[in-house]
Amino acid sequence: MSLFTIFLAAIFVNNFIFSKFMGICPFLGVSKKLDTAAGMGVAVIFVMTLASAATWVVYNLVLVPLGLSYLYNIAFILIIASLVQFVEMFIKKSSPSLYQALGVYLPLITTNCAVLGVAVLNMNNEYNFIQSLVNGVGAAFGFAMAITLFAGIRERLEDAPIPKALTGFPIAMISAGLMSIAFLGFSGML
Amino acid sequence: MDIMSILFPVIVLGIMAVIFGLILGFAGIKFKVEQDERVSLVRECLPGANCGGCGFAGCDALAAAIVDGSAPVNGCPVGGAAVAAKVGEIMGVAAEAGAKKTAFVKCSGDCESAKDKYVYFGAQDCGLENALAGGAKACAFGCLGDGNCVKACAFDAIHVVNGVAVVDKDKCVACGACIKACPKALIELVPYDSKVRVACSSHDMPKPTKDNCAKGCMGCKLCEKNCPNEAVKVDNFLAKVDYDKCTQCGACTEKCPTKAINANH
Repeated sequence: MSLFTIFLAAIFVNNFIFSKFMGICPFLGVSKKLDTAAGMGVAVIFVMTLASAATWVVYNLVLVPLGLSYLYNIAFILIIASLVQFVEMFIKKSSPSLYQALGVYLPLITTNCAVLGVAVLNMNNEYNFIQSLVNGVGAAFGFAMAITLFAGIRERLEDAPIPKALTGFPIAMISAGLMSIAFLGFSGML
Repeated sequence: MDIMSILFPVIVLGIMAVIFGLILGFAGIKFKVEQDERVSLVRECLPGANCGGCGFAGCDALAAAIVDGSAPVNGCPVGGAAVAAKVGEIMGVAAEAGAKKTAFVKCSGDCESAKDKYVYFGAQDCGLENALAGGAKACAFGCLGDGNCVKACAFDAIHVVNGVAVVDKDKCVACGACIKACPKALIELVPYDSKVRVACSSHDMPKPTKDNCAKGCMGCKLCEKNCPNEAVKVDNFLAKVDYDKCTQCGACTEKCPTKAINANH
């Protein structure tokens, strides 16, 4: 598979939210306002890229040679958690303005299954380093796109005349379901 | 079963954990951001409503500003003297008690006093009504009564009564949210204990002011002439009280023919 195909497939066909149903918690939790959703999206792009690189290195250069590849879940969680911590400290020191923008969302991503998911997928698909990176970036862009689109819809839902029983989360769930169906249209494209 | 098949993974994971721990510990020292411990202490004293009334982005931003000296210890208008005293204790300075303020709507043109120039049927929004020839009130300076200030107030301290917004000064924390929300710029902060206030904003000439509203300030200067302390000045057909000079004697309020300046507050 060419890198471009992997990238597009990760964004549209295998969109983490709409076809793999990973990372639903931040998707529903942080999508009330467009700018916070965009902030979350950027933070996820940042973390997922780094995480897919770091997990690839540890898996292929440490776990596999030692015959411990079955430990990948624990190892990946360990890597992602410490990586996010490290990145947070680094940003806090080097760029306070970026820290202000991402601040709240970085720790949220630590325990996000989408980040773990991309690492596990890279491993299952036996991607090489570059392919893993591209897959990670693509999946993150897909997440960012989904959450920003959804936030735009939810901002409009605020003003829409919705039956009382469906206001708030129910209508958000229904919209998310409809978006997921729409994204089904991409399946089989690549 | 070989005991090593259990021990080996434990050791490897342990080593990984130690390495990551060391990296994080090292990073913690290397990337340590010098944060004054007083910031978090000050932050705890502040109300935490993040209303922005102080002019900073929120309570965190104000706390940082107080500690680095760019904001006074009584910078929080919501917390008032009580919070200022606590913050002052942390900062090691005696709190200058900021005079408590309250918002005040400078219009008393209620449904009976003020005439309308047309009947407004649009959405209940001051900005929208204001865009239609300055609103339905004949007086171009008057309160439109659609309640943008009411929506802006987080403390339930301002309400539209008989067509005019009125501030409940016991609930008002002087955060200034209503001041920003008013398209007519009718609301201002006045000293909490002031009684003499000008409840009009009309800069119209005497005749149109009188035609438009029974309670408008016509700029007759009776208040200015009767004030013993030169605290009231009429500028551009509107009286203004200087609260630094005003002694709340009420001489102006007795003489005012329309009671635009009064002591009912």
